Amino acid sequence: MQVTMTVNGQTVSRDVEPRTLLVHFLRDHVGLTGTNVGCDTSSCGACTVHVNGESVKSCTMLAVQADGQEITTIEGLASPEGELHPMQKAFQENHGLQCGFCTPGMVMAATSFLKENPHPTEAEVRLGLEGNLCRCTGYHNIVKSVLAAAESMGE
Amino acid sequence: MTTTETTSGSKVLGQRVLRREDPKLLTGEAKFSDDLDIPGALHMAVLRSTVAHARITSIDTSAAKSRPGVVAVYTYDDLKDDWAGPMPCAWPVTADMKNPAHFPLANGKVNYVGDGVAVVLAHSKTAAVDALEAIEVGYEELDPVLDLEESLADSNVIHSEIGTNLSYTWELIPNKEAVDDAFAKAAYTVSERYIQQRLVPSAMEPRAVVVVPAPFGGDYTVYSATQVPHILKVMLALTVGVSETKLRVVAPSVGGGFGSKLNVYAEEVLALALARKLRRPVRWTEERSENAVATIHGRGQIQNIELAADADGKVTAVRVNLVADMGAYLQLVTPGIPLLGAFLYHGVYDIPNYSFTCRSVFTNKTPTDAYRGAGRPEATYAIERAMDALARKVGVSAVEIRKRNFIPTEKFPYNSAAGLVFDSGDYLTNFNKALDMMGMDELLAEKKLRIDAGSRKLLGIGISFFVEMCGLAPSRVLASLNYGAGGWEAATVRILPTSKIQVVTGTAPHGQGHETAWSMIVAEKLGVPLADIEVLHSDTAIAPYGMDTYGSRSLAVGGSAIHIATERVLDKAKAIAAHQLEVAEEDLDYAEGVFTVKGSPDRAFPLAAAALEAFTAHNLPDGMEPNLEASVSWDPPNFTFPYGSHIAVVEVDTETGKVDLVRYQAVDDCGNRVNPLIIEGQVHGGIAQGVAQALFEEASYDSAGNLISATLADYLVPSAAELPSFELGETVTPSPTNPLGVKGIGEAGTIASTPAVMNAIVDALSHLGIENIEMPASPERVWRAISAATRK
Ligand code: FES
Ligand code: FES
Repeated sequence: MQVTMTVNGQTVSRDVEPRTLLVHFLRDHVGLTGTNVGCDTSSCGACTVHVNGESVKSCTMLAVQADGQEITTIEGLASPEGELHPMQKAFQENHGLQCGFCTPGMVMAATSFLKENPHPTEAEVRLGLEGNLCRCTGYHNIVKSVLAAAESMGE
Repeated sequence: MTTTETTSGSKVLGQRVLRREDPKLLTGEAKFSDDLDIPGALHMAVLRSTVAHARITSIDTSAAKSRPGVVAVYTYDDLKDDWAGPMPCAWPVTADMKNPAHFPLANGKVNYVGDGVAVVLAHSKTAAVDALEAIEVGYEELDPVLDLEESLADSNVIHSEIGTNLSYTWELIPNKEAVDDAFAKAAYTVSERYIQQRLVPSAMEPRAVVVVPAPFGGDYTVYSATQVPHILKVMLALTVGVSETKLRVVAPSVGGGFGSKLNVYAEEVLALALARKLRRPVRWTEERSENAVATIHGRGQIQNIELAADADGKVTAVRVNLVADMGAYLQLVTPGIPLLGAFLYHGVYDIPNYSFTCRSVFTNKTPTDAYRGAGRPEATYAIERAMDALARKVGVSAVEIRKRNFIPTEKFPYNSAAGLVFDSGDYLTNFNKALDMMGMDELLAEKKLRIDAGSRKLLGIGISFFVEMCGLAPSRVLASLNYGAGGWEAATVRILPTSKIQVVTGTAPHGQGHETAWSMIVAEKLGVPLADIEVLHSDTAIAPYGMDTYGSRSLAVGGSAIHIATERVLDKAKAIAAHQLEVAEEDLDYAEGVFTVKGSPDRAFPLAAAALEAFTAHNLPDGMEPNLEASVSWDPPNFTFPYGSHIAVVEVDTETGKVDLVRYQAVDDCGNRVNPLIIEGQVHGGIAQGVAQALFEEASYDSAGNLISATLADYLVPSAAELPSFELGETVTPSPTNPLGVKGIGEAGTIASTPAVMNAIVDALSHLGIENIEMPASPERVWRAISAATRK
């Protein structure tokens, strides 16, 4: 069936099986492979994208459910001129990533978390990112990155 | 401390240079194996055994074959001529080690839940996965062997062709009588039994492989989410029977490994064999719940450790008996894992008498193999827990027992009773620094206060002082352990005509930031901007030689090879400069990319000009070959021995049994520090993994041999909410083993943190008479231990 949505500001329309998950729609049909798949139980958050500005694990949503919605993936976070989003910058400056596999989901989850809570404490950041797993960083520098981004975005 | 955006020139080593690999990972531009768009590729799916131990009585693939989109379905019988031999095990630790034949698909019998039974190829992933359900397999179930000691008893033998469940017995007992004597004369002895539970490594990127046949010539490119593209190339050539000259293995961005991608897996063999058979690209990506059973597990040991000590608590002998779980088959280095710890059961202590025995057995479970630290976390756990037990017996503190037993600084290089030469160390200085930073007195006072007040939440302080042998390394030593390869590393440094620099390395990163660190090593030596340096790796067509990345070896061995190659390139450039300036080489100085004549700095010749001269070759010194390039294969003379003091503070809720890690401090000594930012990241991640073993993770099986914790919903990889921020410090004792003076840091955190946390839990509860709690220290386990102790 035909689904149409806005992905990173562009209208995309594809013919897909009804059971296609949003994450597979983005990766396999639109070719945006920045969004990763890390599990099959909606536990890891590697697939996190924004749907109408709110973070969603894209493996928990069917492509048809996203019909007509606005999707932002990691590829759409930097400015069109290529300037990194403050969250991306904060992750680089604070070494918030190692292998980078969890990173797109982590960055997307963190940006939407800061929208809800622009001045979080460390404990709130930790709780807010509970749904996103990282095996490399021990979260220390991820938490630091998010706190740094909160500060730079609040300026 | 500030971070550095980009740095140019020498004096870059030791700076917090931001990682060059980040921008593409942060924007989704990086490609992991599953991201590769390969037109026309067939999707592979593997049907896995749902029973732990059974004879296969029938496999009916006919319904699956006729499903839409399915191209082929194969079983062992269909493919037995499509590979040249069984799956490789590269570490036959003893001459009589038993290694049952292991094929990519089961040959008449399945030996663990997850064992491959049949393979489907289809035009889409969903078609391939759907077809699995249409395959009918008849099983005649056998009793599974799940318990290690039961396996050892051989009452139920898994692999009848080898007649026993015992794969091998390996001993390191330099002087048995001396050990017995030390125990006979001991004023104190402790005898402890610890369980190293099985762990699922859980790299966030599942495994994936894509094999693409070349349009002509019979060549294949294998893209794999692997830590070991070079080893994989050799092993695939031998196992599948493809000339090594026809294979190119590429590891694209790899999403973590932790040892689990240091292997040669059935799916890699199948994908190559099937791409050859069907002359089509073949791709496969693991599901997470498949990863839990089809990718190796870590740990899995029963550890019996005994210490003998004199009246002062000075340890005189250590005796260790291990039973190690190999799982159903031997994977690439499965049998060698206990050996990587075998030499380290005396830890950082000067213990003159040593006895180590390991018996390794098969079980009907997923094969085990290297998991971050591989053997060394197990050894450190046993000795550090046992030292605390000894301290309690002797009646001294955990701090005091360690200070009495440290290898004294003046004994370095230290010849250990187990036969190693520890390169360098100053344990007491490191320990004192850690104790100072931690504020031990206040913590101890607080702990006592809570006990006295009858607080519900008790405090525990746990110490773990670790040492590891890493930087794997000296090929001759590896030979003495029967390891199937060397431990050298290859590097090429070339300065191109435009003065841009290519650094080719045989190391294969998967999150470690090699591009940044390796360019820093070259920039330091040449004094050129980092931006001029490109690091090429993880592609056997570009970097034909290499030993890849594992065992905290890449910097100590690979980084050193790069350092030496850079020196050689600089020497050649110097000869060119001297020739051009018509002076002797000794009369030249070099700084920031320019040679100058000593005493007349206006007479200068830039490195860039030397590069161009080497390229045009119009006027080179007599006999000099064109081009500015040096290749090095470097084999270090010894391992490196990083160490450090880790201290954990836990709060134990005596009513619920819940343990909270409230503080964690690590003071590591990894020798000279190339990039502190990267070092700290490695330590953080390592700590989290070790803490996870202590508190959360376990690959647990039911009595039928099913893995219960097979998804990320059941297997408790900790999130940010379960962990604190970590406090780090350092001491720096350069290693004399390599020219950079570095030691390695990739595994340190994991090795040290598990015993620190468990010692802290026992410390919180020891006044109740609790001496041990098994891992993971779940609320239930802790609560049961407390209620059993208080009921007494
Ligand atoms: S892929 Fe793991 S939560 Fe979506
Ligand atoms: S950076 Fe590797 S999983 Fe997070």
